[in-house]
Amino acid sequence: MKRRNFLKTSVAFITPTIISGNPIHIFDNNHPILNPQVLANVNNDKVLVIIQLSGGNDGLNTVIPKSVYSSYYNARTNIAIPETSILKLDNFDATGLHPSMTGMQSLFNDGKLSIIQSVGYPQPNYSHFRATDIWMSASDSDQYLNTGWAGRYLDFNYPNYPDDYPNAQNPDPLAIQIGSVTSLTCQGPAVNMGLSISNPSSTYNLLDGVDELVPNTNGGYELNFIRTIAKQTNKYATRLKQVSDSVTQQGTYPANNSLASQLKIVARLVKGGLGTKIYLVSTGGFDTHSSQVQAGDTIKGTHANLLSGLSEAIKSFQDDLKGLEVEDRVLGMTFSEFGRRVKSNASGGTDHGAAAPLFLFGKNLRGGVFGTNPNLPLNATVNDNIPYQYDFRSIYNSIIQNWFCVSETNALQVMYKQFPILPIINASACSVVGIETPSLGNAGSMINCYPNPFKTTTQIEYKVSVGHTLLQLLNNSGTVIRVLVDGMFNYEGNNSYTLNDNSLAPGIYYIRMQHGIEQNIKSIIKL
Amino acid sequence: MPVNIASSNLGLTPYNGQWTKPIVKHLLKRTLFGVKASEIDYFLLQGLTNSVDILLADTADYPSPPLNDYNTATVIDPVVPVGQTWVNNPSNDGTINSLRRRTLKKWWVGVMLNQDRTIREKLTLFWANHFSTESDVINNANYVYWHHDLLRKNCLGNFKKLIKDVTIDAGMLRYLNGYLNTSNAPDENYARELQELFTLGKGKDVIYSEEDVKTAAKVLSGWRINNSFSVYFDATRHAVTNKQFSAYYNNKIIIGKGGANGALETDELIDMIFEKQEVAKFICRKLYTWFVYYHIDATVEKNIIEPLAVLFIQHNFEIKPVLKVLLESEHFYDNLYIGCQIKSPVDHIVGFLRETSIVFPDPITDTTDTYFHYNNIVTQLINAGQDVGDPPNVSGWPAYYQVPNFSELWINADTLPKRNKFTDLMIETGYTRNGKKIMLNTIQFVKDICINPSDPNVLTNSLFSHLLSTDVSLEAKTNLKKQILLSGQDSDRYWSDAWDSYIASPTTINFNLVNIRLKAMIKYIMNLPEYQLA
Repeated sequence: MKRRNFLKTSVAFITPTIISGNPIHIFDNNHPILNPQVLANVNNDKVLVIIQLSGGNDGLNTVIPKSVYSSYYNARTNIAIPETSILKLDNFDATGLHPSMTGMQSLFNDGKLSIIQSVGYPQPNYSHFRATDIWMSASDSDQYLNTGWAGRYLDFNYPNYPDDYPNAQNPDPLAIQIGSVTSLTCQGPAVNMGLSISNPSSTYNLLDGVDELVPNTNGGYELNFIRTIAKQTNKYATRLKQVSDSVTQQGTYPANNSLASQLKIVARLVKGGLGTKIYLVSTGGFDTHSSQVQAGDTIKGTHANLLSGLSEAIKSFQDDLKGLEVEDRVLGMTFSEFGRRVKSNASGGTDHGAAAPLFLFGKNLRGGVFGTNPNLPLNATVNDNIPYQYDFRSIYNSIIQNWFCVSETNALQVMYKQFPILPIINASACSVVGIETPSLGNAGSMINCYPNPFKTTTQIEYKVSVGHTLLQLLNNSGTVIRVLVDGMFNYEGNNSYTLNDNSLAPGIYYIRMQHGIEQNIKSIIKL
Repeated sequence: MPVNIASSNLGLTPYNGQWTKPIVKHLLKRTLFGVKASEIDYFLLQGLTNSVDILLADTADYPSPPLNDYNTATVIDPVVPVGQTWVNNPSNDGTINSLRRRTLKKWWVGVMLNQDRTIREKLTLFWANHFSTESDVINNANYVYWHHDLLRKNCLGNFKKLIKDVTIDAGMLRYLNGYLNTSNAPDENYARELQELFTLGKGKDVIYSEEDVKTAAKVLSGWRINNSFSVYFDATRHAVTNKQFSAYYNNKIIIGKGGANGALETDELIDMIFEKQEVAKFICRKLYTWFVYYHIDATVEKNIIEPLAVLFIQHNFEIKPVLKVLLESEHFYDNLYIGCQIKSPVDHIVGFLRETSIVFPDPITDTTDTYFHYNNIVTQLINAGQDVGDPPNVSGWPAYYQVPNFSELWINADTLPKRNKFTDLMIETGYTRNGKKIMLNTIQFVKDICINPSDPNVLTNSLFSHLLSTDVSLEAKTNLKKQILLSGQDSDRYWSDAWDSYIASPTTINFNLVNIRLKAMIKYIMNLPEYQLA
């Protein structure tokens, strides 16, 4: 097992590159460009598009664990997608997509879509509000942060915003939210770093210039006046309109698809040359407590419509970016505040759950499925949840370091803690080499438990190599109830831990191991 | 759709429509700075006539005077200790006067914040704009305070008496050089503004002559301020000649008087000016602009200004009867005028602090911390273009007289973002000093203004109706409710659950869940252009 090693391999750049105004032609491995501190200051043109799926998307019916289909079917017979309808993923037979997601299937097979399995965090919260705040602020479950992760990233890199902005180096908004309300994601320590582009007090409606009507009174007369000033006041309004208007040809997007309309604006602004780093778009309705499928035909219905809307929007966006020749610059990510329960309910829906798959899309990512299918119990109960395999903050951290090219040290100031980097982004994105390749889809290879099931004691064997290893015990609702091992190892080899605890109630538990990029789950049963 | 400025055909007939919340709010927004929920509830029970009578009663206690909050390690008031008032101890020390003038502004902000159910504070500012004086020109802080006190105590009294008092007020004598006006070297400054700005105005029918200004200056010569800071009449500096005015004043002659009787000429001058009908019209137009709207066309002139002026004269320039008729008129409550006033900085900032019931420490028990917080508000007002106590010049703030923009002058690309930044600040972090924080208490605020904050529809409606004068569309409100209070969810239950959980168990986590959404919602509403209107 290799360690992440940014700086070990010698590298030479031939292409002239402008760094802080100085042309730099040749680098060797001692050159400052390979110093992470310098990398952090590179004013690159990369863009992150975050798609929020409000309501808690049912991950199990989105990315379907074909390898454990019978457990899946048993747990949610009334809403299960028929095995034969599941969309296939090239080279990943164990996993498939919901049949309405043909667009994303095609992106996956082109290497432009990655699936990260079972993304969550140690103590899942089942409240929409709290879970959303956790995802947006990147906090622990029991920690309260007033700032958003993207807001902290932007604040760290652009510390005087908004007082000295826009300026010659940064003529454009740092982040844009398509919609009227700024989100916690972009909240910085003092101000929100994001601009909402249909906010009546800023640029109203970017595309159409439509305002709400004013009353036919003197109040309406004065309101028109203040609105005019408000529009003039927005320092970015003219620039946005100009950038938006400069792009006259775009690919086709599906009609009546709000997410697609939002992404269309993003594509246009990116193509038009806007220097904005982060875009937030959102779509809702994923809170499918009842009737998420059409009775008698589980591949149709509410959830199918939501997923086809998502899939078509992302596919048309990615195709548009390609046509506009800006595909290299854009990385996309979906998130939802939680997944849903393993077992469906009697009203044809699913209740609030824990971990769920997350999608990344773009040209510069490593495609494929990261992680293993969730361990589904053979006879799921209403309490069963999917334990997390990857912490969502690992993904944020990977994006910050390997997409926005922020140094490990600086990333720590944004994330507050170390979260393992996942090799989800092409190493070339930050001109850094030596990111190791993960063992994709290699189920549970690092952990072995015997006996399993066990009565009082089980022996957990796990492979270590040099570096940090975390071993956790989770209960069946996906909550970390104990940390078994948390330490640095200076050798490579096998290790073991004896779990001997009479206080554990009989039932399903999970052992989660996190060792660098390897994050594995093994289910165990206490009798 | 273009909307044109318009005037109502309705006149001074008493309003006999429904006494509803929006109507009550309209009256209160025009007569107070901002409106608290408790005030709306109170006046809703009173009906129109009682409400106007209560607002005009002027029976509330006068504020206790400004205190010494300004001692530092290097500057110590030799006479007045910290926490004691300085208004009876005038000083010639430039530094002390400068500190006291700033203190006076802080105190004034405190008085406005703590105003009772009375029109007094809005009228005090009206008169402070009408008799516009600059405290840094007057220099002596006690003169500034006495002038200010005169305006507050006579704000609802007799206008003619007020003019007489102001004419020989130390602050005004200093500001417009009356104290330098002698028979040998007449100073016309006050004589001119008395006519042009304080009584007659510059209307087309006002045709007093330049010579009238000079003649009035002679009448007013001889007023001085002695070394013990008192105003007195110095007959030796008074022009004792007869003073003849122009045909505009019917060639009136004020007989020159020697000795102490020379002072009586000042009264005669004012009586002469008040013979002109234009005085009443001029003041009624200013009151109309202040309380209703700046657009005065022939219809308003005929239906409102002229009959009000007649009333004003009939009541021998008593202010109260005029305001009573105006504030009870069907004209005042015409929908055309609801929410048509662009808030002045005082209306925006003090109004915001009052309508959100932001709590300040006690100025008596904790003078320096409280005045520190008042001082932040003074700074905000200055940044927003309304330095209370120091208007730009003797004409007052242009927003009250400058044709054709009037109050639109308050809002520009500099001041609008500052207004939004201020409300954002008070909602997000507030100001802190010695552990005393002033900021919006979201929970208390929504409990004050909403009968059922657990229902996100009711809550959204309450927030909009409390904070804005005009309604916004149901679609916009529904959208905001969903985006902010429900975090994009479809079911209202999620907000209700969060609120109910907080009420049942006010833990930090539960608090943060509702607080973060309430803050976002309130900030959003206050950033709407609609919030700039009252």
